[in-house]
Amino acid sequence: MGSRASTLLREEEIEEIKKETGFSHSQITRLYSRFTSLDKGENGTLSREDFQRIPELAINPLGDRIINAFFPEGEDQVNFRGFMRTLAHFRPIEDNEKNKNPTASEPLNSRSNKLLFAFRLYDLDRDDKISRDELLQVLRMMVGVNISDEQLGSIADRTIQEADTNGDSCISFQEFIKASLVEANINNTSFNHLTKKIKILMGAFFINATEANLLNKLA
Amino acid sequence: MELFFNPFDNLLCILLGISFTVWFTLLLVFIIVPAIFGVSFGIRRLYMKTLLKIFEWATLRIERGAKEKNHHLYKPYSNAIIAREPTSLEEEIKEIRRSGSNKDLDSASEFEMSDIFYFARRGVESIMDDEVTKRFSAEELESWNLLTRSNNNFTYISLRLTVLWGLGLLIRYGFLLPLRYEPSDLTETACCCICFHYRMKNFLSEKVHLMCYRICVRALTAIITYHDSENKPKNGGICVANHTSPIDVIILASDGCYAMVGQIHGGLMGVIQRSMVKACPHVWFERSEVKDRHLVAKRLSDHVQDKSKLPILIFPEGTCINNTSVMMFKKGSFEIGATVYPVAIKYDPRFGDAFWNSSKFGMVSYLLRMMSSWAIVCSVWYLPPMSREEGEDAVQFANRVKAAIARQGGLVDLLWDGGLKREKVKDTFKEEQQKLYSKMLVGTQEDRSRS
Repeated sequence: MGSRASTLLREEEIEEIKKETGFSHSQITRLYSRFTSLDKGENGTLSREDFQRIPELAINPLGDRIINAFFPEGEDQVNFRGFMRTLAHFRPIEDNEKNKNPTASEPLNSRSNKLLFAFRLYDLDRDDKISRDELLQVLRMMVGVNISDEQLGSIADRTIQEADTNGDSCISFQEFIKASLVEANINNTSFNHLTKKIKILMGAFFINATEANLLNKLA
Repeated sequence: MELFFNPFDNLLCILLGISFTVWFTLLLVFIIVPAIFGVSFGIRRLYMKTLLKIFEWATLRIERGAKEKNHHLYKPYSNAIIAREPTSLEEEIKEIRRSGSNKDLDSASEFEMSDIFYFARRGVESIMDDEVTKRFSAEELESWNLLTRSNNNFTYISLRLTVLWGLGLLIRYGFLLPLRYEPSDLTETACCCICFHYRMKNFLSEKVHLMCYRICVRALTAIITYHDSENKPKNGGICVANHTSPIDVIILASDGCYAMVGQIHGGLMGVIQRSMVKACPHVWFERSEVKDRHLVAKRLSDHVQDKSKLPILIFPEGTCINNTSVMMFKKGSFEIGATVYPVAIKYDPRFGDAFWNSSKFGMVSYLLRMMSSWAIVCSVWYLPPMSREEGEDAVQFANRVKAAIARQGGLVDLLWDGGLKREKVKDTFKEEQQKLYSKMLVGTQEDRSRS
């Protein structure tokens, strides 16, 4: 008879994960149940094949890159802690967190960490720069065979031209933030609607105006 | 010494004798006789009601226990882990771009670095919760039905609850299981013998079949409600139903006679199959023939054209799904051109999970689980017959039938293939997504060149 999730995850572990990622007790139990259902080998870790078994992920053009984001450098297995750490980036930012102790380390779901996650989808070799080749690779993944090399090349060149401010024909993290940044419309109804909904929500890339100013200062 | 044991022995024998007789009479009176005549005492419904009350109490107890510890209970349907909005690729990327810049949309560049946000988000959403993989494992319940196999929140809550669970365990394995095992054993041997040795007239064989299946049904304590029996499948038609477990066959066959379709097996199954053919014509295939779709289709259409033959029972999903959704119907049975009689089967998961997870449990352990659950409660709806319309191809017809079954049974209608249980998804779906996105990029270029 199948063994059930919550009996295998100890209370101390749940507390640790709570501190590290900010998820609630029931969210952690729920995600552990999900983790074990994906873990067909039942050895407490997930491999790349386990992720590939999710059909909706397998048909996602960026599926491989997203799966990669879960695995630390050079490793082929991810345990539950690693799994949660990556998922924590997508937790919505709650208002009461903003006023927390400023000396505490930055939470995993902070705005810059979210943008770093997206940046790393491009930057495969982790040299903190998106080169033209890396940009082309991602573009090719997203469009498949439907656009020619020349057209794609010109799209990449145009993008780098617009984003690159220091002239090194690569996009650094700061330039990336500016390029994808929003002077968001605080009255954007979908944003308010989302924050009203509960549990884990995506769409965590919307940023409000004051944060935009802060990040501008970083540049 | 002997004198000492004798009366004791005698007493033991007498007791055994009495309990055996009582047992047998109970069996006869409550199971076999009603099955022969097709009547019911109503005991099972009473049993259902009592069980439900107990389950409610158990769940309340767990909730109270959880509140004391200040936890939130894991409830799979009321606390969804993510809130997904059903928007399309185009809409979402436009939304991200629009909120991403203060330029207006017409002069927006073709590609934005933030476009990947859409794919990243969709990808991580599907990692957290997807529509397909959860259909291949048992459904999660909101209330606890005193079976450890179906509980996520089971930790020690109170003495009373544990005692109740222990009692439940005793009843299920000590009383219900043996009670069910005997008649099912009896029926199997009886069926085999009768069918094998006698070539019966049609109507008699029908009666025997119905009786045997009804005994099986009572053996499993299956409480079935049939709706709309006026739409029951007639000769020369095809009956399609959603597939959850091998018990589906027993449930449908105890209310009507069908011709089965399937592969010929060796061994005991093969003997049963051959003997069933003698009583009424089923369509069994050699393993090699299954691969030849035309041959299969021809045999099926020959069968349906003969109006004296029984309706064929087919499960177009091709594999067992966990009864929360209906997955893609294979178009083979819809190409033949016969009238299709859809049937929706919905199990009540509170009393026992009927789904057969063939990668986790073999047939024997599955049957054991079935016989040691509280009961198998299900509803069967016979839907009005459907035929292929003008200008509709087999796939569209299959989807139409699937939608009708899903609607009636309260199941989710999915386009995904049930074969994904074991196989990888085809690349064509990814290519579709890529095409859509490319259209967004290139389309903007065309507009630019026009202006």
